[in-house]
Amino acid sequence: MRTPGMNVLWVQSGGCGGCTMSLLCSAVRDPMGRLADAGLNLLWHPSLSEATGAEALATLDACASGKMPLDILCVEGAVLRGPNGTGRFHVLSGTGQPMMQWVRRLAERAHHVAAVGTCAAYGGMTSAGANPADACGLQYDGDTPGGLLGVTWRDRCGLPVINLAGCPTHPAWVMETLVALSLGSFGAADLDALGRPRSYADQLVHHGCPRNEFYEFKASAEKPSHLGCLMENMGCKATQAHADCNTRLWNGSGSCLRGGYACINCTAPGFEEPGHAFALTPKIAGIPIGLPTDMPKAWFVALAALSKSATPRRVRENATADHMIVPPPIRPAGRK
Amino acid sequence: MTRIVVGPFNRVEGDLEVALEVEDGAVRSAQVNSPLFRGFEQILAGKAPLDALALVPRICGICSVAQSAAAAQALAHAMGVDPPENGRLASNLVLAAENLADHLTHFYLFFMPDFARRQYARRRWFPLAEQRFQAMRGSASAETLDARARFLELMGILAGKWPHTLALQPGGSSRPVQPAEKVQLFVLLRAFRNFLERVVFGDELERVGAIDGLSALEAWRDERPVNAQASDFRLFLEIAADLDVSRLGRATDVFLSYGAYRQAAATHFAAGVFDGALHALEEPSISEDVSHAWLVEDAPRHPAEGATRPAPDKPGAYTWCKAPRLGGRVVEVGALARQVVNGHPLARDLVFRAGGNVFSRVVARLLELALVVPEMERWAMSLEPGAPFCLSATEPDDATGAGLVEAARGSLGHWLVIRRGRINGYQIVAPTTWNFSPRDAAGRPGALEQALVGTPAGEGEAEVAVQHVVRSFDPCMVCTVH
Repeated sequence: MRTPGMNVLWVQSGGCGGCTMSLLCSAVRDPMGRLADAGLNLLWHPSLSEATGAEALATLDACASGKMPLDILCVEGAVLRGPNGTGRFHVLSGTGQPMMQWVRRLAERAHHVAAVGTCAAYGGMTSAGANPADACGLQYDGDTPGGLLGVTWRDRCGLPVINLAGCPTHPAWVMETLVALSLGSFGAADLDALGRPRSYADQLVHHGCPRNEFYEFKASAEKPSHLGCLMENMGCKATQAHADCNTRLWNGSGSCLRGGYACINCTAPGFEEPGHAFALTPKIAGIPIGLPTDMPKAWFVALAALSKSATPRRVRENATADHMIVPPPIRPAGRK
Repeated sequence: MTRIVVGPFNRVEGDLEVALEVEDGAVRSAQVNSPLFRGFEQILAGKAPLDALALVPRICGICSVAQSAAAAQALAHAMGVDPPENGRLASNLVLAAENLADHLTHFYLFFMPDFARRQYARRRWFPLAEQRFQAMRGSASAETLDARARFLELMGILAGKWPHTLALQPGGSSRPVQPAEKVQLFVLLRAFRNFLERVVFGDELERVGAIDGLSALEAWRDERPVNAQASDFRLFLEIAADLDVSRLGRATDVFLSYGAYRQAAATHFAAGVFDGALHALEEPSISEDVSHAWLVEDAPRHPAEGATRPAPDKPGAYTWCKAPRLGGRVVEVGALARQVVNGHPLARDLVFRAGGNVFSRVVARLLELALVVPEMERWAMSLEPGAPFCLSATEPDDATGAGLVEAARGSLGHWLVIRRGRINGYQIVAPTTWNFSPRDAAGRPGALEQALVGTPAGEGEAEVAVQHVVRSFDPCMVCTVH
């Protein structure tokens, strides 16, 4: 099927460039070629394009002035509003103009705007601590709608900013959203309440976690490298975090939990300031706060107590080891 | 005298602006501006010490693991813990994977596409360079990205994901390796070796690593004719000889390395300073000068006592980057510095003949690809499933720590101060902070600023020379200021 060409412009604002690096880890062979096949014409990308300096600026200018049609604007990194609202913490090199202004001008012309990564979506790690650069997202400032473009902003097709949140974002989340846009098959109903594509944001990181048996019995890891569940002690938020990280893996076979460390809920606004140490589960009277979002707390506590007392020795001992100590017993499968 | 401002200077990591004063077709002086300030050192202040492990990788998406490794080491230092053998091997594998992937990205995606520019259309090698290296369209781009993505599946096993892992811990690695995974790692490394030997070098890695000087390198290049099957390194050598890129981009010829890949006693690549002779690294002689940065005026300070306070209207300042100095000297860091300090005969010979330049910097990166993959194979096979990967350690109330590692682009240091159980001070000096430093109070330009002086500038081929020089350092701008 031939698709009409769509112009894509990618700019990097106040971030780390990690979402581009993540995209280049795509499991799809030749991701850039596949985007081109889908009719997506990458006008310019700061890491990949030949054009530099004046040649690159000519493209940015043409898009910002409307001379060149801009179908999809991808912004990676938070918008830096500081110091004192001037945006001078990030002046786009070669232009003397704050990136904040460039992003605003380009967004006005774009048919669709994608915030690539949690920084561009909500401010992300760049807005952590006292937020020294006064960073915000394109249409959110943390979990408060607004950000650079404002609550009521809509693209030329009536959509809000598409928040491809994740720190970094997953290559497949970017690829499939851009291709869906090129096919004209992406609409407002495909976004969740925080502007994230529901294709991945309607999942929980907990789904498909290989530590699920440890979770069922609340057999918990006590230090990094232990095999047990990371929720009770190690800060893991996978039961609340919206993403499909354990069913659509990273770099082949990975995910944070498979890497032995907590899910820090990086697709959520405000994840950068959890109110506790990232790798330590806050507890009240020994019970972790922040239990699964849609489970009555009393039930959780009752089930946890029950399952803890029912924990097989195998699960209990393996949970606090860095390799399997007790393998599952073998039971005859047939009756011969 | 004409003033030229080049920006956005792309195919580098992050945002870069270079201002040149040009006279008689050559650069007379250069100023390098790092135009993005996020304030990570302020963000870190007041946090729980171990939170640095979640924060610092997000300084940079391309040196993410190097930032983690430096933080883990600074914390280990402060906590008085030393990772077990497995933890050290796993961390080395993860750091080496990032460093080598970055070398590959630099060569294929950032640096070589400049030789496919129309300015070189009349050169005899141009059709091959264009077919192979043209930005995004060249045949090497898709091929390399595929090999790189497969290679980084090592991160999926050892680090959960890349970038931005929390697997590197002060006590070792959070990710114990099981026997079958050890085999998987070996298979991944063999596949990457195969790509390097078939596509990048057209020869065995061990043969490339044994090249001991320029003459041997030229003889190796001439073993096979340069054509589409020859190897991309040979094609680079052919282009480099034709354009004589070794005359471009000479900087200070003082090279610093913190030493790379920790072993039980030392590092696999040695630490030190080379300025024609080898010297021990004197860490206390590192200082940062803020005279030309948009930061509150202050005396040069050792990073353990350093501060970062923005002063956006400061007169005379032209960048957010501080000016690190080693005993007052401007130094160059990177793969070339690492190999020169470690005494590799090829790196030493290239520097002896023509110093640090566009040619020697690029050769050193490719040399590291050939040298480090065989080490990674050995490290992977030395992992001992069942033995510990991570030791317990507690956060101290009051302590200091330093983490000095080698990122792809060179020496990366973290200096940490913990007071009353919280981070009280955190200073980061990144590789490109060294290489792209501005002038210091004495007016001495940074390494790139010196390297650009004398570079041809103008129309045609001269238009591209500045880009070769800048990109030869493989700058990472998001790390530079952080």
